[in-house]
Amino acid sequence: MVAVRSRVDRLVAPTLRRHLLIALGAAAVLLLLSAQIGAYDDYNLTAVAIFAVAAAGLTLLTGLNGQLSLGHGALMAIGAYTASLLLKDHRQLPVIVVLLISVLSAGVIGIAFGYAAARLRGPYLAGATLTLAVALPQVATRYKSIFGGESGLTVPPSAPPDWLGADFPPERWLAWIALAAAVVTMLLLANLLRSAPGRAFKAVRDNEAAAALAGIDVARTQVLAFVISAACAGLAGALFAYWSGITSPAGFSLGLSLQLITAIVIGGLGSLAGAVWGSIVLVFVPLLTSGMASTVHLPSAVADNLPLAIYGGILVIAMLVAPHGIQGALRRILAIGRARWEYPPRGGQKGVVDWDDPAPGT
Amino acid sequence: MKSVMGGNALRIRGIAIICVAGLLAACGNSTSSTDSGTNTASAPGITATTITIGSTQPLTGRAAPGYSEISASSNAYFQYVNAHGGIFGRQITYTYYDDTYNPTMTASLTRKLILDDKVFALFSALGTPTHLAVVDYINSQKVPDLFVSSGCNCWNDVSNHPYTFGWQPDYTIEGKILGQYINQNLGGKKVGYFFQNDEFGLDGVKGLDAQLGASTVPDASRQNYVPTNTNVGPQIAALQASGAQVVVSFSIPAFTALALLGAAKVGYHPIWVVSNVGSDVTTLTGLLKSFSKGAAGVQLLGGMVTDAYLPLTGDSSNKWISLFKGIHDTYISTLPWDGNVLYGMAQAYTLVQAIKAAGRNPTRASFVKALETTKLTGGPGLAPFGFSSSNHLGYLGVQVVTIAASDSGPISQYSGSASSPPPNGIP
Repeated sequence: MVAVRSRVDRLVAPTLRRHLLIALGAAAVLLLLSAQIGAYDDYNLTAVAIFAVAAAGLTLLTGLNGQLSLGHGALMAIGAYTASLLLKDHRQLPVIVVLLISVLSAGVIGIAFGYAAARLRGPYLAGATLTLAVALPQVATRYKSIFGGESGLTVPPSAPPDWLGADFPPERWLAWIALAAAVVTMLLLANLLRSAPGRAFKAVRDNEAAAALAGIDVARTQVLAFVISAACAGLAGALFAYWSGITSPAGFSLGLSLQLITAIVIGGLGSLAGAVWGSIVLVFVPLLTSGMASTVHLPSAVADNLPLAIYGGILVIAMLVAPHGIQGALRRILAIGRARWEYPPRGGQKGVVDWDDPAPGT
Repeated sequence: MKSVMGGNALRIRGIAIICVAGLLAACGNSTSSTDSGTNTASAPGITATTITIGSTQPLTGRAAPGYSEISASSNAYFQYVNAHGGIFGRQITYTYYDDTYNPTMTASLTRKLILDDKVFALFSALGTPTHLAVVDYINSQKVPDLFVSSGCNCWNDVSNHPYTFGWQPDYTIEGKILGQYINQNLGGKKVGYFFQNDEFGLDGVKGLDAQLGASTVPDASRQNYVPTNTNVGPQIAALQASGAQVVVSFSIPAFTALALLGAAKVGYHPIWVVSNVGSDVTTLTGLLKSFSKGAAGVQLLGGMVTDAYLPLTGDSSNKWISLFKGIHDTYISTLPWDGNVLYGMAQAYTLVQAIKAAGRNPTRASFVKALETTKLTGGPGLAPFGFSSSNHLGYLGVQVVTIAASDSGPISQYSGSASSPPPNGIP
């Protein structure tokens, strides 16, 4: 089987072609999947796609470039508020235009913030991005007439085009938009990581002095990583606005930023696939426990907090069982399998896994 | 906790039930509840043996203190009804989710209730900013949206939101009545406002201004807060500096407690006039104790003026109170017996009245129609409901009460025709 795989690898050797094939395959599978499931599952699939876009951007910044951001929820808010302002008063704009402008606006903020971030290290960077997460939602409350204050701005849903038929569920249409955005984002990021900037990101993360000696402009690399990451967050934010139908400060609290960190850590830091796994956990685990308060026969002080406690417990156990995240665990299983078949991963020792390699075996 | 309520009597100072003119007259008692036949699955969420309703509630987070009791309490009343055979032989299933008072979570959980759980109707969904996020969606899905737990007058918008109904008196009515009380009983004192900076607080201020006159309260005496920022020190200092002798507070319980503590800390002792939603004595006492680590408590509530549209929880001679207290003791005895529990039960009672009025096999549309055409009278409320085909308001009036400073004050009865619950406690 492994022999067959390596032959296929040779056949589609250029990275872009391989990524394109994977993207097309993923798109086809997701299209079929979204058509098979009910409206509510489509709605949740949309959420996974949205979080995957944001988490992919964050994992590039944190996992591959080594810059910790606690402020990605705020960058999502920039995308979401841009989209909501564009669609205010029931203005009709094509979805693609709204998404692109939101990406741009978050990217521009990303440049400004990236320059500041590139000068900061470790806890100082975490502190600065934390400021962003805490302060930005307050802007919406302060300038109530523009941003709608605590109640926020409502976002009209994007109606499915007529050729899909009158009965086409709007949830599925939104799922298609979000999934398309996620697939395109993943494709672009995967290519980027395989090219010179991607290698520079990792070099800077591993050792800034060594990277500088190798001719990499450390500051510029860090700003670039921040901008790309912010643009992803902006895209996710705009999709989020369509998804929830409401853009309000409470939706983009510090909690959201921490959720994104949770997603990339649970999924596997530094891996795009890990960002997807993490997003699936983020969306579906809370759903499993959400109705518990009204069904369990426990004092409500216990029952009300049970979903949160279980969610926290799952995260703790997941990190104990798979300290390198879901993708790390999958790689380990794969590596054990390889070791048994006596095919050590290229460039690595037999049975030893390189956690940080975004796609081993290529 | 429970003993606090017993020892801390509520005394009624003035009664001001204001009704929208004309609506009182038509109080016919036509119910179609007697129709016989077999149960069918007449609508989503209704089977031959069950009717499922859903809600979004702040069970955790900043709005949870007090409010998290409401859904458990409604559920207790439904369990009581179920234990007595249900309605038309159907058992009520109540599914409620924790939205943490976050509109984004409300949006996603409301879709879960409608698309996944396929509830017949939404019931008692709590919060103004949270429910504003989903009211368009719920109406686009043509799902009855009953008795929103918020006094925003935005729920009374029949042309845009024909499926949405309010329940508690709207905050503007409340503001007007509190304003009138201040004019009549606290005339000549400088008045200041402390309010939540959203539809809740702004509607209340609108009502207050209508009575007191907008120009009598200068900008410096109008202080607001946002629920995401728990530091209310600057606002309290500004009110103190403005010399306000009466502070009207349109706040949720946690922020009423924060304001009271903040004022006590700087030695500022105005007369507090607190809107109903933020004034429950038991909830506030618990919050004051927990925020101040036991240093403060019920003594800060002495002399506080508030308003009510349900019988008082301490009024043990009231038949509604003994009915609901009995259900509380049987099903949810771990919760304190307080205004939130009473609220949840009274709301659940109204829902059961409405289900009964809609007949044996309602559709979503026929249910709404029945609610608009049947007067839901004989419930625990002190004022009538405003429901009609052009009006989706809830209770139309409130009564003003003062919380006694000591625990010696007896409970005096309010005047007005109080109804009694039916013998088995089910409409």
